Parts: sequence; C-alpha cells; structure tokens
Amino acid sequence: MAHAFEKLHWSRELEFGQYLTPGSLDDALQMLADGKGQARVIAGGTDVIPELRRRHLKASILVDITRLPELRGITQEGEDIVLGGLVTHAQAPASALIRERAGLLAQGCAAVGSPQIRNLGTLAGNLISGQPAADASIPLLALDARVTIASLEGEREVPLKEFFLDVGKTVLDSTREVLTRIRFRALGPDQGGCYLRLSKRKALCLPMLVCAVQVTADPQAKVIKEAAIALGPVAPVPFREVRTEESLRGAAASRQVIAQAAENASAWCSPRDSLLRGSCDYRQEMVKVFVRRGLTKALEQAGCTLD
Amino acid sequence: MHPGLKDGNMSTLKLSFKVNGKLTSLAVAPNALLVDVLREDLGLTGTKAGCREGECGACTVLLDGEPVNSCLLPAMKAAGREVTTIEGLVQEDGTLHALQQSFTDQGASQCGFCTPAMILNAKALLDKAPHPDEGQIRQALSGVLCRCTGYRKIVQAVQNIAQGK
Repeated sequence: MAHAFEKLHWSRELEFGQYLTPGSLDDALQMLADGKGQARVIAGGTDVIPELRRRHLKASILVDITRLPELRGITQEGEDIVLGGLVTHAQAPASALIRERAGLLAQGCAAVGSPQIRNLGTLAGNLISGQPAADASIPLLALDARVTIASLEGEREVPLKEFFLDVGKTVLDSTREVLTRIRFRALGPDQGGCYLRLSKRKALCLPMLVCAVQVTADPQAKVIKEAAIALGPVAPVPFREVRTEESLRGAAASRQVIAQAAENASAWCSPRDSLLRGSCDYRQEMVKVFVRRGLTKALEQAGCTLD
Repeated sequence: MHPGLKDGNMSTLKLSFKVNGKLTSLAVAPNALLVDVLREDLGLTGTKAGCREGECGACTVLLDGEPVNSCLLPAMKAAGREVTTIEGLVQEDGTLHALQQSFTDQGASQCGFCTPAMILNAKALLDKAPHPDEGQIRQALSGVLCRCTGYRKIVQAVQNIAQGK
C-alpha cells in the first residue's frame, strides 16, 4: 500500500502503460502524433525515468528512439561537427574529433552524473531537460551550437541562444518533436575554449557553477576578435553573457581587459541563494574567478598568452 | 508476474535478451524496469535496488559490457542485448571471479550492498584497460556510493588485480 507521500511525490511503479520501439524516425514521429500529447520521447531515460517517478512528468506512452540508426554518430561536415541526437555523454569525450576540436564539450560531458549515467544519457536530452547548469548544455551554448528538430510537419533549425525558455522548458515539445542533430563549428587554430566547474564532489554532484568560454583571437596583434561566455546556474536558463561578449569584441588581449570583463560578467549574473549550491554572493565572486580564468585559458589555446 | 501488471489493463511485451550468457525470454509489463525484471522475475538478487533514481549506483549491471543503472532502464531497452550481473561472474564450478576473490581477500566489502556494483564497474574498466592507475580506478568507481568502507580497500582490491598481485 503506497503512503500518501508516495502517492503525491514519488512512485515506485511508473505509470506509463505503453512502451513503443519505432524502427525509423518517421515511425517515431507518427507514434508521437498518434499519442495526441500523451506520448513522450525517451532516449537514455536518465532524466525521464526519475521525472516520471517524482511525478514531475506525465506520459502514458513512451516512444523509445534509441534504436533509430539515423540519430547516431559523430561526423565532420566541412568545418562543422555534427552530433546525432543519440550521442551519449560517454561517446562524445571518447571521440578524438571532439577532444581536439571542441575540448570544452568533452570536459563538460565527462562531468555529467556518473560513468553509468554517461553511458545512457544523451547530449540532446541534456539540452531538452533545460536545466540552468546542465554540464553539456553550457559548453554547447558557448560553441554557438544549433539543433535540428523534427516533427511530422518537417524540420526546423534553432540556435541554442533561442532554445531555452525557462527552468525545465525549451522550445522543443517532446510530445511531438525529436531533436535529431546538434551542429557547431569545430575550433580552428586561432580559437580556444575552456570549461570550468565548481562542485562539492567530483562525481554524482550537480555543479555550484559552470563556465564555458570560446574565443577567436589574433595572436600577432594580441586582439580578441570574438568571445562567447556561457554560465550556469546564474539565471533560469543556461546563460550567455552577451554584454560582456560585446565589450570584448576587438579589445586587447590583456590581463586588465579580462579582469574588467570578469567584473562586468559577475554584475549581470543573479545566482540564487542555495543551501546546497552556495550563496548568491559567493557564486557571484566565483563568476569573476571563472570568467577571468576561462578567458585566459581559452586565449592561451588560441595562441595568445597574456603578459 | 510483475507487480506492474496488477491493474490488468496493460498488455505484456515479450523481452528476449542474453543474461549472463544465457538466452532468456519472458513476458514483461511495458513499464517494467530492468532492475525489477532481474530481481523479481529472474531471481538475480545480486543486483540491488537502492535509490531508484540513478544516484547510488547499487543497481549497476553491464549492458553489452558497459556499466549502466538498471533502475533507470526500461526493461525493453535490453531487448536483443547482453546483460551481465554479478551472478554472471562466478564460474560454473563456483570459482569466484578474480575481482570477487580480491574483494574478499582485501575485506573490501562490509555491508555488501554496493559490492556487486563496485565489482561490475571495476570489471568494465579492466576489460578495457587491464592495468589502470589509481586515478582511473577511482574514476571508474565514482558512480557507486559506499557508506561503509571509505573506499580505500575497494580501490586496493581493484589495484591488486590491475598489478597482477
């Protein structure tokens, strides 16, 4: 007999009544459409199953997309890296292409959950769960990634900057859409990236702060051409500090400029006070440290060592 | 019969997969999770159900050689694949796997709840990298929580195998 608490907040038995395993993307989209809002995509399941258990999510039909061959693989298309919607947090850092041309993403993926969770959970799922400090989402946001979303009506491509709406909410509707591809530019020789994470423990621990940085520099002139700074959790969604990024465009690659950028970025961040993840004041101070350190390391990788 | 079927309004699905090298077929509820199928339908209670949320790692099994949380895995995801549980490590004549023997010799198991998961994660590591360093071992075991031992003897037990002791 379930206790009242369990009835409301946690259920041992999951309540969905149908488990469908489509053989193609078209089949999957049709099954979702037939479900009329009652069906939901499941891939790795590392978020979907706990969310069903906690009754944060309701679905009577699960559509398992993990056997769709068209969603697999990590490929290079020109200067773009394309990740299939089923690439897991274990597969991404195991790829030499990702490690060498998108090191910040490899590091972010390696920080997710635990080895067992990384073997199951997908990067697409990390994005769709829409958590403000998601370890794979923050570097993808710094890499200006775009995602392809398929439904029966067709495909659309959405830049990640426009993807996140609120805590746990994105533009993707998992009752009728599937995230099929993640695409971003591989880092070139004049570019650098950095991923930094602050957490109480090194495994099975949500971060207190995550910062991912991408820079494009002119190492001869010691000038920053472009900078992307993604942070979390400092806002309801994974956060791009665009004002600081703008102030860095064309600026000198100097310690002074970077220190000022770190001050500015911190001022625009509003982390919550949290007993588990630290106070707002503490995390704002750590934003300064991480933005300074992240820009410095990314510039070094781009061939621009600071004096 | 799986408890998920009590409502009577769900039709069962046929699950065929390899468990510890043996082809196995059974009817499961659509909402059955692998951990419950292993423990309740197949009687393989070496796999533990702890938090049921992917936090404690006690439910770890190997799916095609890779460690996964069986509490997060709808049973149908195992269809056509190979699952290894702690029971699959013992040889037919009852001889323990080298890792099991090493855990016993080291006293690396106290209450024993996390031990099957620790050993399976260690096995997955050693199958890929036969001579890991301490960092690699700690990394490989990082997804299982032990509340008894402080991990030192567990790491030592794996190291002894890695160093051929």
